[in-house]
Amino acid sequence: MTVGLFLTQALNGLQLGILLFLLAAGLTLVFGIMNFVNLAHGSLYMMGAYFAAAVFNWTGSFVLAGLIGVPATMLLGVVVERVALIRLYRRDHLDQVLATFGLILFFNELVRIIWGPASVYMNTPAALSGTVELFGLRYPSYRFAIIGVGLAVGIGLYLLIHRTRIGMLIRAGATHPEIVAAMGVNVRRLNTIVFGLGAGLAGLAGLMAGPIVSVQPGMGEPILILTLVVIVTGGIGSIRGAFYGALIVGIVDTIGRAFLPTLLREFLERSLAQAAGPAIASMLIYVLMALVLAIRPQGLFPVRHA
Amino acid sequence: MTSLLATVGLVKRFGGLIATDGVDLTVEAGEVHAVIGPNGAGKTTLINQLSGEIAPDAGRILLDGRDITGEPVYRRALMGIGRSYQITSVFPEFSVLDNVVLAVQAHAGHSFSFWRPLSAEAALIERARTALAQSGLAARLATPVAALAHGERRQLEMAMTLATSPRLLLLDEPMAGMSLAESERLVTLLATLKGRYGILLVEHDMDAVFKLADRISVLVYGRVIACGDPAAIRANPEVRAAYLGDQDAAVAA
Amino acid sequence: MSPAVRRRVDARVVVAVLLLGGLALVPMISSLIGGPFYITLFTRIVIFALAAVGLNLILGYGALVSFGHAMYIGIGAYAVGILSHHGVGSGWIQLAAALAVGAVVAVVIGLVCLRTSGMAFIMITLAFAQMFYFLAISLKQYGGDDGLTIAARSDFGVFTLASNTVLYYTALGVLVACLIAFHRLVYSRFGMVLRGCRSNERRMAALGFPTLRYKLTAYVISALVCVIAGMLLANLTKFSAPSYMAWQASGDLIVMIVLGGMGTIVGPVAGAVALLILEEILSGWTTHWMIVLGPAIVLIVLTAKRGIYGYLVERTARHAEAGASPS
Repeated sequence: MTVGLFLTQALNGLQLGILLFLLAAGLTLVFGIMNFVNLAHGSLYMMGAYFAAAVFNWTGSFVLAGLIGVPATMLLGVVVERVALIRLYRRDHLDQVLATFGLILFFNELVRIIWGPASVYMNTPAALSGTVELFGLRYPSYRFAIIGVGLAVGIGLYLLIHRTRIGMLIRAGATHPEIVAAMGVNVRRLNTIVFGLGAGLAGLAGLMAGPIVSVQPGMGEPILILTLVVIVTGGIGSIRGAFYGALIVGIVDTIGRAFLPTLLREFLERSLAQAAGPAIASMLIYVLMALVLAIRPQGLFPVRHA
Repeated sequence: MTSLLATVGLVKRFGGLIATDGVDLTVEAGEVHAVIGPNGAGKTTLINQLSGEIAPDAGRILLDGRDITGEPVYRRALMGIGRSYQITSVFPEFSVLDNVVLAVQAHAGHSFSFWRPLSAEAALIERARTALAQSGLAARLATPVAALAHGERRQLEMAMTLATSPRLLLLDEPMAGMSLAESERLVTLLATLKGRYGILLVEHDMDAVFKLADRISVLVYGRVIACGDPAAIRANPEVRAAYLGDQDAAVAA
Repeated sequence: MSPAVRRRVDARVVVAVLLLGGLALVPMISSLIGGPFYITLFTRIVIFALAAVGLNLILGYGALVSFGHAMYIGIGAYAVGILSHHGVGSGWIQLAAALAVGAVVAVVIGLVCLRTSGMAFIMITLAFAQMFYFLAISLKQYGGDDGLTIAARSDFGVFTLASNTVLYYTALGVLVACLIAFHRLVYSRFGMVLRGCRSNERRMAALGFPTLRYKLTAYVISALVCVIAGMLLANLTKFSAPSYMAWQASGDLIVMIVLGGMGTIVGPVAGAVALLILEEILSGWTTHWMIVLGPAIVLIVLTAKRGIYGYLVERTARHAEAGASPS
């Protein structure tokens, strides 16, 4: 195990963490304002990837794929919210879970009908298909760009939430929704804006993930569940929690999968290490989540309710 | 002699707001100690700390001299603290009788019984009937809670609290929303309970307070500004300024 | 008991008896029609009905929405698979191992999950189920992604599950036993505590109930029922697969419960029958039947709450009312 290999995996973990952050931020914002966990968020990510792949394969332009794909996902999100989800806000959690489950089934089948069950390929954009030099090692430019874009979005979100009027309403709505409504703010429109923002972030994540993952039916749910681990570990409703939680989960998962089997081989005999290594590595982040829950059930960086 | 209930320097903050500001309070066995004060004074927060639903930031709570500050809610209930809620808290899906049977069941051993139907437990049901008769609901045993009038629900609430055979009662505005007749009935009931239990009574209904209380504490912005017998409190100028004010004219008239 | 309530209770018994009686006749009908297809289908239905009834204990009666109960089905299935792989074909040993592992896992996971409530509880149960799913996939020596074939069905000494009919009646027997046990349970002290926690947990604690230990016990009981269902499933298919624990499987259980009618013991059975038969019929028409099922679930959630079982009970009660003497 070389320093170079470790650094590469660390950067991969950071990149996964950034993608998770984009998804977690949207999910946690929606939860904070509407007390509603949208399990179909993974479907928005999937649609974002499919839209981007479709436009990219049609026009050859990654930029166009982004310019069309992300707003299309936002629009889809808003439509879904207005048509289906808006009726669920006052319902109990069981109804919300079931309804979003139904939506997941619907979208997975929809993409299967339109694009078929096999993976759709999206190539890395030509401009970013090289490598960059970082601390003496070569790292794929595209993945580095993801990290860059993600951090930029993170800063943008921070500025939005903490420096703009809309952001102030979002923060107020997350801690005291009744007061915001009483102030005469159009809560319905605020909800839709927040939801659209979340959908846009999911679409962006789908766009960026397109070239490096398999774009296929059902791709959204494993990522969604990972995102749930992120927001539970980080603190539900908290953007800071989403950010740090995502980075922690991304790095622990990537480094764990890469190095735990090797590490175990130092201590255990070979066949046992070979069996246990991948098994434990796959469980690592869930064990981490369990530990956090056992010690701090509200998460590592919970929202402070007055 | 140790008090039934004693708080020592109780403090609770919510962000920048101090809800409980160093409260020292005692309730003796058999007395009714009323806590009055303007809205937002922190009365419900105080009761929540005493029942265990909120943890204080500083200070101690003693039951019969024993420190219960760290005890969870259910443990305090088993030690003899009974609490009623300002907003009626019952089991809406069950019948009136089942509500009180549950209350009795909590103090009748463990509930890891999986086969025998609860309807066969005659002892529990008898105790529940007695508690309900005491609270004036004997005629409404089989009625689903949804069909009760507001005042009857408050009676049920009280019946459930009494059915747990407590030693200390924490009553959070029990007369809230009651009609004159219902309030008078409740005052009569509480008068009969005096002497048998220690009662901490949070109330806005001054008639009831001055009729029942042995001692009154006045809570303003989380601090006890006065504590004494009803006559002393009524005459206290600080209290009149902070709270009784115009009410005093109505009481004197 | 008022006449209307009595009619509803009687109607419930009638519907339940018809449902279970119908299920009891399946092997006979299946052999008349010819071919093992129907008995296999209905064994599957009975197995999932059992799992759904198990989950309903905490979901319908305890308001604990676990989106991860399929992992206990997986534990049961893999107990049979792994032990069989190592040459242990005794059903009793497999059962003991499955229940032991299932109980330990349920206690640990239950303790962690029950520290939360509401939506967080749902998300965390989903996450842990996913963890087991990935764990099963990573166990390369036990089939990994492809799953594990089972050489022979469980041998219980006096009988084996090798015959399709024996397996069917074993599963049905377990289901009926579970229904009877749960019917007693929900009206016992324990059942009332569980339902009280669903109704108003804050008040339960204030009355003096240590609510966590009762919720955990209920969670473990429901998990073990799913473990047994998993054992039966592995016997039916002679296969243990990670897909038994996929998140969709947990979702399907919840759909069965809601479809059949929550808040009743027998409801999930009707839901399992309805969902799986619907899937059979729809998949015969088109491979894309999911696109119908998805929105159908959404619609059901938004409109009907009583479920199929509730509807049937209502119909039967009104029938009885029409047939009764004029009041």
